[in-house]
Amino acid sequence: MSDIVRRDPRKEWIARNRLHPEHSEVLAELCGGASPSEWIGPSGLTRRNPHAVGFTGPNGIKRIDRSGAQQAATQPGGRQAQPKDTRRRVEIETPHFLVAVVPDLPGGRLSSHDRDVLGLARQLADADPERPGAVLAIVFGAHKETTFDEAGVDRLLPMEDAESSGYLSELRIAALQSVERELAPRYWLLPDSSLGGGELGRRLAARLGERPATQVWQVEADVDSDTGWRCTARGAAGTKDITRDLPRVALALAECAEPVSETRHATQAVRLNQALPDVLGRIEDLGEVAVDPASVSLAEAEFILSAGNGVKDWEGYHHAAQVLGATEGASRVAVDDGYMPRDRQVGATGTWVSARVYVAVGISGAIQHLQGIQSCDKVVAINLNEGCDMVKRADLAVIGDAGEILAALVAHIEHYREQQQENRDAA
Amino acid sequence: MPHNATSSSHAGLQVAVLVSIGRHPLTARARRADQDARAVEMALSLDDAAIRLVHAGGNDDDNEEALRGYLGMGIDEINVIKQASNADIVPALVTSLRDAAPQLVFTGSRAEVGEGSGLVPYLLAEALGWPVINGLAQVESIEHGVATVLQALPRGKRRRLRVRLPAIATVDSNAPPARQSAFGPARRGELAARACSSMPDELQAQWHMQTARKRPKRLKIVKSASARDRFKAAAAKAEGGSGQVLSDVSPEQGAEAIFKLLKEEDVLR
Repeated sequence: MSDIVRRDPRKEWIARNRLHPEHSEVLAELCGGASPSEWIGPSGLTRRNPHAVGFTGPNGIKRIDRSGAQQAATQPGGRQAQPKDTRRRVEIETPHFLVAVVPDLPGGRLSSHDRDVLGLARQLADADPERPGAVLAIVFGAHKETTFDEAGVDRLLPMEDAESSGYLSELRIAALQSVERELAPRYWLLPDSSLGGGELGRRLAARLGERPATQVWQVEADVDSDTGWRCTARGAAGTKDITRDLPRVALALAECAEPVSETRHATQAVRLNQALPDVLGRIEDLGEVAVDPASVSLAEAEFILSAGNGVKDWEGYHHAAQVLGATEGASRVAVDDGYMPRDRQVGATGTWVSARVYVAVGISGAIQHLQGIQSCDKVVAINLNEGCDMVKRADLAVIGDAGEILAALVAHIEHYREQQQENRDAA
Repeated sequence: MPHNATSSSHAGLQVAVLVSIGRHPLTARARRADQDARAVEMALSLDDAAIRLVHAGGNDDDNEEALRGYLGMGIDEINVIKQASNADIVPALVTSLRDAAPQLVFTGSRAEVGEGSGLVPYLLAEALGWPVINGLAQVESIEHGVATVLQALPRGKRRRLRVRLPAIATVDSNAPPARQSAFGPARRGELAARACSSMPDELQAQWHMQTARKRPKRLKIVKSASARDRFKAAAAKAEGGSGQVLSDVSPEQGAEAIFKLLKEEDVLR
C-alpha cells in the first residue's frame, strides 16, 4: 500500500457537517468502521454509543474532535511510516589492506568500547577512498552479537576452534599469530581493557616484536609521520600525553573514535586456510571461584538486586538475593527508612553502578536513581505501578506484588537447581 | 585474611620482585609505586620464600628515597641495576633474571612514570620463554613446581589458575594493599648498586611528551533528518519504549519471564 495520504475534501466536509444526510456513513468510513459511535439499528432507529465518541488525548483526557480529521487519523492500521533504514551499504570487494580488530565481547556482545575501536578501525581503513581497506574482526568462541554490520565490520573471522570459555590467552595468541601469517593486517587494534584486549594486545605485541601504543585516545592523519597517522596516548599512569607515530599494534581507550553509525558493512565470513597449531598451555584454568556477592563493591557488581519502597518482606528479599547470587542494592527511600545500609544506595547520591543485569524491586525510578543505573545493560523492573519511570526504562517489567514475584522466582530457581543436580547425578 | 598462603612445602622458593619508582598522583613526589608495593606484599605473604627485589633505572637522590620505601616493608636489600635515564631496561632485566633464575617473578602491572605501557612483564616473558599471568590476587599454593593462584577478574570475580614455574605474575590494584613502610628499616636497608651496560631507547626519543590534556567530552549527536526528531531527542525524557511489560500475569509467569532473562544473560550460577 502506498504511503501517500489521499484526502477527499468533500468527504471531510460531510464529516464536519452533522446535518448532512450522508454524515454518519462518511464518518463511519473515515473511522474505518471500528466501533462507530453512531449507527442505524435494525428497527431504523439511530443508535449512539457515547463511550466510543472521541479519543484519549496525550494527557489521558478524553477529547472529542468534531472536525473528523483526528478520528480519521486514529483508525487502526495507521499509516505510521516505519523509520526507514537510510544507512548506506558498503561492500569492499578487494581491500588494499586489512585493519584487524579483536573485540572483547563481554557477555557475547559488542561493548561500547568495542564499537569505538571498530570506529577507529573504520577511520584508518576509509582514509583513502581510492585504496580502501577492510576491517577484519576476529571473534573468539560463541557470541550473541548480530549487529557486526552496523558496527562497521567488513570481514568476520570466527575462531570456533579455540575453546570458547576460560583463560586461554596462550591459545588465542597462537591463533592471532596465524592470522598475522596468513592475512598480514596492516594494523592491529584492540580495546585497552583491563583483562580482555589490554592483556591480549600486550601479549600479541610482545610476540610480534612490535612496540605498541597503549592507552591511545586520539588518532589523527599526519603527513609527516611514516605511517601517515599520529596518535596521542596516555602514559605515566594517565598523567602524561605521548604523541607519536601510530605503530602497527595499538591499544585504544574507550571513546577513542566515534562508533560507526551511517553505514552498514558486509560482514563477510572468512576462514583461515590452515588449522590452528596445537599449543602446549602452561597456564591451566581451574574455573571461576565463587565469591560472596555481598563482598563485591556495588560499583563493579555484575548482577544487582535492588530494593525500594515497594518491598515489604525484607527477609524474603535478602533470601532472594542470596539464592540469585546477586549483590544487594537499594533506593534512597529504603536506605533512609533504615532497611538497608547507606553504602548500598544506588543513584546520584549513592553509587553509580555498572551492572550488566539490574533488577529493581519496588523502585518507581526517581530521576536520581535512573542516573545511577545509566550504564546498566539490562534492567528488570518488578513494580505494582505500570506507569512509573522505572517500567519505562526497563527491558522487562513485571507488574505485580514484589514479594510474591520474588518468592515465585526463588522457588523457580531452586527447582531449576535441583533438576540440574539430578541431571548431574544421573550423568 | 588472605595473607598467608596455605602452602608449606615451597621452602627455598626463589621470588624476585621487580620494583620501580612511583609518583604520587597529587603531589607528584617520588614514592614507592603502589602496584609494585603490592607485589612486594604478595611476595612477603609467601612462607619461606627468599625474596629478592630488583630495580633497574637511574639512581638519583629522589629515586633512592623512593626505593627506601620498599626497604621499609621489611626487606634487607634491593639490587639496583644502574641504567642511563633514557635506557630500555628490558635487556638488563632479562640478563639479571636469567642469572638469578628465580621461580616466581612478581611485578606491578604498569609503571607510574615514563611510558607506563605495562609491557615489561610481557616482554620479559617473551624473552625468557616463561608464562605470564596478570591481575594476581592471591597465591594459594606452590607445590612441585606448579603454583595455584587466584586471578582477579573485573567485577570482583576471581579465577583459579594453575601455572607451571618459573613464571611471571603481575599485580594490580585488586591485590591486597601493601603494608606501611617503616622509617628505621628503610634507613638500615641496603641498596646494592651494580653497573650494567644500558641500551638507549631510541624510539622514545622521537616522541613528544607533555602533561595530559583533559579529554574532550563526547557530545551526544542526534543524526536525524527532521527538526522535530532532533528537538524531541534534546527535550524529551528518555523513554524505554522497547521494553516488554508484563501486566496481568500471575507471579509464577512473571518469575518465569525474569528467570528466562537471567538465564539468557548468564548471571545465574
